[in-house]
Amino acid sequence: MSLSAHLPALQVVLPLIAAPLTVLLRRGQLPYLLALTASWLALAISLQLWVQVDQGGTISYAIGKWPPPWGIEYRVDRLTAFVLVLVSGMAALALPYSRDSIAHEIPHEQHYLFYTMFVLCLTGLLGITITGDAFNVFVFLEISSLSTYVLIALGKHRRSLLAAYQYLILGTIGATFIVIGIGLLYLMTGTLNIADMGRRLADVQGTRPVLAALAFLTVGISLKLALFPLHHWLPNAYAYAPSVVAAFLAATATKVAVYVLLRFYFSVFGATQIFTELPMQEMMLLLALSGMFVASAIAIFQSDLKRLFAYSSVAQIGYIILGLSFGSATGLTATIVHLFNHGVTKGAIFLLLGLVTLSVGGTSLARVHGLGKRSPLLSLGLVICGLSLIGVPGTAGFISKWYLLLAALQTGHWWLVALIVMSSLLAVVYVWRFVEVSYFREPRKDLADPSPLPLGMVIPSALLVIATVYFGLDTSFTIGSAQQAAELLWRACVEFVCSHAIDPGLPAGASVGQHTDQPGRSAAQFA
Amino acid sequence: MLGSILISLAGRRPNLREGITLATALLLLLGTILLLPTILAGARPSLALWSLMPGLEIAFQVEPLGMLFALIASSLWVVNSIYSIGYMRANREENQTQFYVCFALALAATMGIAFSANLLTLFIFYEILTLVTYPLVTHHGTQAARDGGRTYVGILLGTSIVFFTPALILIWLVAGTTDFVPGGILHGQLGHAGMAGLLALIVFGLAKAALMPVHRWLPAAMVAPTPVSALLHAVAVVKAGVFSVLKVVVYIFGANNLAEAGLAGAADWLVVLAGFSIVAASVVALFADNLKRRLAYSTISQLSYVTMSAAILAPLSLIGAALHIAAHAVAKITLFFAAGAIYTAAHKTEVSQLDGIGRRMPWTMVAFSIGAISMIGLPPAVGFISKWYMLSGAMAAEHWLVVAVIALSTLLNAGYFLPIVYRAFFLPPRAEEADHPHGEAPVLMVVALCLTASATLLLFLFPDLPLALARQAIIF
Repeated sequence: MSLSAHLPALQVVLPLIAAPLTVLLRRGQLPYLLALTASWLALAISLQLWVQVDQGGTISYAIGKWPPPWGIEYRVDRLTAFVLVLVSGMAALALPYSRDSIAHEIPHEQHYLFYTMFVLCLTGLLGITITGDAFNVFVFLEISSLSTYVLIALGKHRRSLLAAYQYLILGTIGATFIVIGIGLLYLMTGTLNIADMGRRLADVQGTRPVLAALAFLTVGISLKLALFPLHHWLPNAYAYAPSVVAAFLAATATKVAVYVLLRFYFSVFGATQIFTELPMQEMMLLLALSGMFVASAIAIFQSDLKRLFAYSSVAQIGYIILGLSFGSATGLTATIVHLFNHGVTKGAIFLLLGLVTLSVGGTSLARVHGLGKRSPLLSLGLVICGLSLIGVPGTAGFISKWYLLLAALQTGHWWLVALIVMSSLLAVVYVWRFVEVSYFREPRKDLADPSPLPLGMVIPSALLVIATVYFGLDTSFTIGSAQQAAELLWRACVEFVCSHAIDPGLPAGASVGQHTDQPGRSAAQFA
Repeated sequence: MLGSILISLAGRRPNLREGITLATALLLLLGTILLLPTILAGARPSLALWSLMPGLEIAFQVEPLGMLFALIASSLWVVNSIYSIGYMRANREENQTQFYVCFALALAATMGIAFSANLLTLFIFYEILTLVTYPLVTHHGTQAARDGGRTYVGILLGTSIVFFTPALILIWLVAGTTDFVPGGILHGQLGHAGMAGLLALIVFGLAKAALMPVHRWLPAAMVAPTPVSALLHAVAVVKAGVFSVLKVVVYIFGANNLAEAGLAGAADWLVVLAGFSIVAASVVALFADNLKRRLAYSTISQLSYVTMSAAILAPLSLIGAALHIAAHAVAKITLFFAAGAIYTAAHKTEVSQLDGIGRRMPWTMVAFSIGAISMIGLPPAVGFISKWYMLSGAMAAEHWLVVAVIALSTLLNAGYFLPIVYRAFFLPPRAEEADHPHGEAPVLMVVALCLTASATLLLFLFPDLPLALARQAIIF
């Protein structure tokens, strides 16, 4: 068998091997180079997988040649490939950034540890994404979570420890809930393979253990993805972790959790009537909306940029979940697109905030006075990303918002349209707080003259800012992938029992794939 | 042909000094003029850049209305560049480089709006225009500038997000396209209430048209340096607003479509609201003592003429609306130039300080008077012609309310402009000013304002070109 057939395994195995190696070869630049190689190879592999999936459809890879559902299956479909590209891409950008960044933030003797944990975290996130086995999801989730706790605790702030501890407690509760949920499902279906589980669940749907499993999984995953009101770990974790860790987490960790949610909802529970019988949609809608408004409102009153953008993340996760709750293929597309776009935007913001810390010694609003005069490009980058959070055309955020609004209009949710645009206004307010401080205040006098920032940090940040604009102008990759991924999930759902499930108000069969390219058709129903 | 414009659009970004600004301004004007014969001959050169989302392109197309708008903006930019060099030097402003760069970007965005081939492209450039003019509005960096800038961005960005984005998506959903097509793309897919609602979203979403009650950004923006107020808030930004309204009415709704579908009434509320804006803004202007503030409220009132005429949907009044964009542009820029010249030479900002200033600054004040005459709508200024068309349109459509509003506001216009002229020429200067002698403003500024004043007169004598363009757009 050629090497390319083993790419799904290599995607996870390579960083997994790299992690202990960085501990063994802890001297000098070796851990850095090793981690860098691993992350770039991971990116190359995930891009290659994306191409393969794009051309040949879903890839199923049996670990150890044990055929699924008995053995562990790695399953790469369009959604998987898309998320893999996001995760490995962010890692590939974060690592070059990290060398100069951690030099200022982490004691030298702990550097190798940082790389080990970073690569482990990457392994975990990639593993969660690629595996087709429910228990495997849990295992990789633990790998990524445990390494994340360490990464956060590496922050130089004393509160980093507290933040890590807080995340540890909540994250463990979440993981426990998830494993309970998976256990219950295993109990009822006798399989751990996700696809198989979905097929078998139809027979036992409606039984109490299945409902309990759904509840445990929903709460557990929601904790991980920081869905309001389970978001309390997030602001501290982002604010006190080392900059590069905050960027990587903001861009990937919560997004992978969303992916897990999609996986379980659509690939496992999608084939059941549960969503028509339970008010899941309404519940998600409510949580998403309150997240959008409450978290944005809290963000407005933050005095530290990292915390401000952390709360903005909670709000943006609200948008992601909102797309899910429409129960339409377009809404799902919006979710998947925003998952990517927000990952890129927030990644850029936190990388830039790392530069800000380096330049003015902190990220509190009082410290960034006059940043626009001190470092015009840095400030401009933050403004551009801020505009993307608002959803100004020409940035990635606009594309997400377009699809969200489109989904809301298609399903006839007029009042939601109003709410979505209102919450964007809150984003204008918190972004403009930064703009005014940066451009209308004099720089602080106690700061040394600006010294040139390390290129290793500037280039990845700049690349991500450019990506934020690029994905707002050329959407063939993002929209193309997201649409196909959404259709695939949706069809898997529709093909089974629930041809009229999810949303009885919408003719599900008609909504797949048609209205996305021919809006005129569904308009008749809309008007 | 179009390439020349696009190259100049891109090439203007790194401008550092006035020379380059002037050269690019001239180049842009030249490019636009070169395109003119093609358009008059009926051709519609277009250029699709790339696809933003499936079925949604960023594309440009040159059509008569856009041509008219581009001509106004690019020719006035040349004059304004001359003026701002004089102004910025005389007042020793800071951050001049940033000023010129943002100015060029703002013009690029304006050109993008003028030549956009679909509503999405228009929207993108519309937002860019808001963002690049923000640094211009807040140029002074003071507390007042910050507050003004906050209102400016808050209203313009807020309304476009809250109203325009949903309207845009709704149009796309209903019509399956956002292209500007002569005759409109909405053919009765939405009912009466739907049309009225959509129109409301559009008109309030395009807050740059400054229809009440979303007009407050315009007085707030007057904290900007005068050349900014002159070009952007007399020409580029506000005209982008009304131009977009006009374009949407003509190419998206389609005036004939509306009339045929018996939906003409959907725009009635807009006529009333615009009429109210005209009168109310004029009354505010009547009592404003700050000269720039008076001019700002006059702009609000004049812009609502365009919106109102567009909402009447009669061909004649649509032509009048298009003409009024041009007429108001040249006249109002003259007035703002004059205000800036007065500030530079005499450091006066209030109307009540202007006694006898006409004797010291004769050129400036004569130009001011010409602008004022055009605003009132008297011959021999171009304002008369556009008002003529708008009135004929209103009469043809038997909209007597509109006729009454135009008549009333003409009186009000006279009421707030003529006293300034009277003060300047017929009242003796105040005694305490005798020891502060001053003459005209720097020569570059005077040249610029004389140019625009003479344009106001020339367009009255030779209105053929804008008229031809407007006719082509509205009557195919």
